[in-house]
Amino acid sequence: MKQAGFMRGPRERVEVNMSGREKLSTVARLFRLIFKDNGWKIGIVLLCILISTLATLASTLFTRSLIDKYIVPLLGSSSPDFQPLALALIKLGAVLIIGVGVGYAYNLIMIYVSQGTLKTLRYSLFEHMERLPLKYFDSRSHGDIMSVYTNDVDTLRQVIGQSIPRLFQSLVTILSTFVSMVALSIPLTLVTLFIAVIMYFVTRRLGGISKKYFTERQKNLGLVNGFIEEMVSGQRVVKVFCYEKRAIERFSVLNENLRRSVYNANKVSNIVMPINSNLGNFGYVLIAVIGALIAISGTSVWYLAGADGSLLTLGTLVAFLTLQKNFTRPVSQISNEINSIVMASAGTDRIYSLLDEPKERDEGKITLVKEGKCSWSWNDPVLGKRTPLKGEVSLKDVDFSYVEGKQVLYDITLTAYPGQKIAFVGGTGAGKTTITNLINRFYEIQDGVITYDGLNIRDIEKDSLRRSLGIVLQQTHLFTGSIMDNIRYGRLDATDDECIAAAKTACADGFIRRLPNGYNTVIEADGGNLSQGERQLLAIARAAVAAPPVLILDEATSSIDTRTERLIQSGMDSLMKGRTTFVIAHRLSTIRNADYIMVMERGRIIERGKHDELLALKGKYYELFTGNKITG
Amino acid sequence: MFKTLLRQVKQYKWAVILTPVWTTLEVVMGVLIPYVTASIIDKGISAGNMRNVYIYGLQMVGMGCLSLLFGILAGRYAAYSSTGVAANLRDAMYRNIQRFSFSDIDKFSAAGLVTRMTTDVSNVQNAIQMLLRVSFRAPLNLISSLVMCFFIHSSLSLIFLIAMAVLGVCLFVLISRAAKLFQKIFAQYDVLNAVVQENVSAIRVVKAFVRENHELGKLDRAALALYRLNIRAERLMALNDPIMNVVVYGCIISLSWFGAHYIVAGGLTTGQLTSLFSYIMMVMMSLMMLSMIVVQLTMSAASVKRIAEVINEEPDMSNPQSPLYEVKNGEIEFKDVCFSYKPGGDYALSDINLKIETGMTVGVIGGTGSGKSSLASLIGRLYDVSKGAVLVGGVDVRRYDIAALRNSVAMVLQNNTLFSGTVLENLRWGKEDATEEECRNACISACADEFISSLKDGYNTVVEQGGTNFSGGQIQRLCIARALVKSPKVLILDDSTSAVDTATDASIRKTFEERIPGTTKIIISHRIISVQHADKIVLMNDGRVCGFGSHSELLESSPIYREIYNMQSSQGGESDFDSNTLTR
Repeated sequence: MKQAGFMRGPRERVEVNMSGREKLSTVARLFRLIFKDNGWKIGIVLLCILISTLATLASTLFTRSLIDKYIVPLLGSSSPDFQPLALALIKLGAVLIIGVGVGYAYNLIMIYVSQGTLKTLRYSLFEHMERLPLKYFDSRSHGDIMSVYTNDVDTLRQVIGQSIPRLFQSLVTILSTFVSMVALSIPLTLVTLFIAVIMYFVTRRLGGISKKYFTERQKNLGLVNGFIEEMVSGQRVVKVFCYEKRAIERFSVLNENLRRSVYNANKVSNIVMPINSNLGNFGYVLIAVIGALIAISGTSVWYLAGADGSLLTLGTLVAFLTLQKNFTRPVSQISNEINSIVMASAGTDRIYSLLDEPKERDEGKITLVKEGKCSWSWNDPVLGKRTPLKGEVSLKDVDFSYVEGKQVLYDITLTAYPGQKIAFVGGTGAGKTTITNLINRFYEIQDGVITYDGLNIRDIEKDSLRRSLGIVLQQTHLFTGSIMDNIRYGRLDATDDECIAAAKTACADGFIRRLPNGYNTVIEADGGNLSQGERQLLAIARAAVAAPPVLILDEATSSIDTRTERLIQSGMDSLMKGRTTFVIAHRLSTIRNADYIMVMERGRIIERGKHDELLALKGKYYELFTGNKITG
Repeated sequence: MFKTLLRQVKQYKWAVILTPVWTTLEVVMGVLIPYVTASIIDKGISAGNMRNVYIYGLQMVGMGCLSLLFGILAGRYAAYSSTGVAANLRDAMYRNIQRFSFSDIDKFSAAGLVTRMTTDVSNVQNAIQMLLRVSFRAPLNLISSLVMCFFIHSSLSLIFLIAMAVLGVCLFVLISRAAKLFQKIFAQYDVLNAVVQENVSAIRVVKAFVRENHELGKLDRAALALYRLNIRAERLMALNDPIMNVVVYGCIISLSWFGAHYIVAGGLTTGQLTSLFSYIMMVMMSLMMLSMIVVQLTMSAASVKRIAEVINEEPDMSNPQSPLYEVKNGEIEFKDVCFSYKPGGDYALSDINLKIETGMTVGVIGGTGSGKSSLASLIGRLYDVSKGAVLVGGVDVRRYDIAALRNSVAMVLQNNTLFSGTVLENLRWGKEDATEEECRNACISACADEFISSLKDGYNTVVEQGGTNFSGGQIQRLCIARALVKSPKVLILDDSTSAVDTATDASIRKTFEERIPGTTKIIISHRIISVQHADKIVLMNDGRVCGFGSHSELLESSPIYREIYNMQSSQGGESDFDSNTLTR
């Protein structure tokens, strides 16, 4: 959902199209993030992985000693002595228990590392997002921003929690297995290596193919998403024009394309496993045959022996065959994990592109200080002086454009003296809302100057500036929580009584008391259980409890019954009393009470003055007001 | 709920059935291979018989080839059937959404429907693939491994049975506890997402009140709660590995011990012992897979439910039994009409009685919320009346084919939208096979031809999503033209010229009189100036008609009308000064 009307330019899409090298760099940043907070934990994890892998290895190697040392010697004897076997098994059990314990330990640590990293990431994403300029929000679909928090962070959980430890584990297994294999038999090791290399390349190759389909899948998914979003939002128009059949036809095409690309992507990744495991099987046969040949021939040539000089016996061969399985499995696992990290890197890129967005600039030093109950002053730490806040706002030769080259405001000059009401009137796109966006620095002006009590607003700290301005927006947004919480949003330290008083000022008290739980009624998702008008009354109460010296009001009303409309109007009227007010006016009473009316058209103030003066002028205002175009 | 899912299998039935078949065959091969391995060792290597090594080696290679073949087939079929069913689900949802009535559309949000059609469907797709590939593989693997073990040595296999019983109990306890935690985790995800969502959409409020830190606190609390729940769940799930390992290692050790005795006694060969070791691994793997399936299924059940909601939503409006396909003329009549948006809710319209002759121009005027739009929406049967009847061309609207009715009753809605595509494509929404000439004519009637022709690409100019590259007034005129392409018998303009300047507004009215005199025109407006030349004016107030007549008649008879007129033509009173902002 895009904010209506603030952004005229084409919507920026978050395209992630980076070269391989840049991709590596975001992944590297991710690794740095993980290591920064968890350096020693990762160290322990590595150590644990090493120990547990060695323990597993020990159990595999034991197969050799089990058969050769403990079982084969017993075969011939008449009264076999099982004690050495029992001892060996106890030793093995101890080693394995250590391995299991250590394995559990590093899993636990990794849980804290991965969940901790995700939490930090969520927090820093949000912290950063809260400080981004409005332009960021206005130029992106809200769905795109949300998906960073949902899809992208979630993909990372897989990478951090699973892929990374598995990668370590596989590496350790490969290394240690390799050492043992070399010790057992050099030629067989070479055969195993050869098969492993084939497996590695096959998996990477398949990964490459599936990446291509994966990209295609993402593209088609985007198309389907976009189509549904646009058509479902315009579903009423679809109905009115009986467009249903054609909508279904168009959707079918997109849906089929999506199905095909998902099928292709999944197909490729599904066959990786059978291919690898059967390559392993073939390797197994190859080694069995070669090993058997060597063992049966009983040659003692050095290059056919193990690194420790031992000969290839039956037991050694059996052990080697088990080792071979242990070796090939992590090879395919490593290539799989690398594939999934590469695929997740698109998400990582989006996360970092949000984190890399420049924050709102704020060079202002002047702060707002509360003097008494209802008086504030500006404190300039540089000059070391305080000036009382009066509420005089003036714009001088202000030019502005949301998108470069598309100017929306031209030479805006006006002054609101303390307590004055300035009303803006004019058609859609005339620039009324834009002016209010500039006063509180939601957007930065390109040219000209805006002053507040004679101070350039650029020199005022943004938070202070905004605290001194109360806003009631055209679109009312409420937050999950009780009615009381929502009113208190205006001033967090307001007491319940102050909130109720503010609700009374805003004429909201009546309807709130009629709600089942009064002020404690919980508001569901953005106030879905309240009417448009009631939400607007709450927004007025929220501004009233903040009691700011200067107000910006947007009066636009839509689908509000006449009774509520009257309430809103009296609420706004009492809020405006004694305050400098900028109002985007729609109501006659507001306009007639205004000290100045600014008639806007295409980004310029074309007429200004009081109601009667402007009527007498018989210009645009007269035309707007009466609906009569003066000809001649 | 899962029935809905089964119904969408359709043309993928065979793939769905064959996938487990291929998987089964693959599993059978996978189970047989270690058996052959044992033969290689026992009959070949131990016996020093090179011929046997070759024979069994070849056998294993052959089995490997078959296993590879079945594996690839299983992978392909699994992908084919799961993505196919997913596509069918999306299709079924979209088709049903197209059947939705206006009140159904009000029920589901656009964003919610998008999530259901994408994220939820992918969840289900993954679950199906998993189910097809693993749910057969795991129990099969388990059973066949066990069978093979018994085949090799029945008494040693008892160890497996004991181990499995222990594991089964442990896993059951673990998973059932974790499933509960996962439910909580999903709920907490929603809380977290709600905070982010609120901040993204209400960022202006957050910044205006300088509440960034306050919001950061909220997020921190939500993220912390999620962190704690996740840690609890994952710690629980982390027990999976050690339990499994302890059991497996226990098996290995006891197998070694008892196996050694049997070997010495001559009841077991070394090769068979090695095979038993491989089967332990298989049993363990299949148990692990089973536990994964259960977790995945619990997670996707929620998605299935949300999808079923959309597919099974019965639209509350349907075509009549033997519908009429022709609307005779543009005569409109309201007979004792009462209407409310929610059944049993307050009436938005009460006791409406009106008769409008064909070809008339009728203005509808009244304050916000007085029921003007509701009145108009009943003519095109966007909603059904609660009481009474609406007649078009002398026939109750509920007796027409809905499409036929809406093709004859063109509505230009208040919040109108253009769609991405060219101007011409947008115009052809009204009539698929409209010629360029027809579209142009409609644009001339809506005073849109002039500005379209001035564009570089004219009628082929691309409209961006939501029409952002056109001004409010231009969008409104295009929307009117789009409705005119239908050459309707009734044309309803719901506040559709609010962003158009008064001069153009007047000339649109003029071209209407000249170019479409036979069409009944209903013009809803806030401004008396837009309707004062109409043949008749309907004055609405609080959901009732409180005046019906020409401008001069109403001026005479209706004090309310007089008041509005006075307010708008000179000065004084209360009124919407400018409703332009409603259009964007």
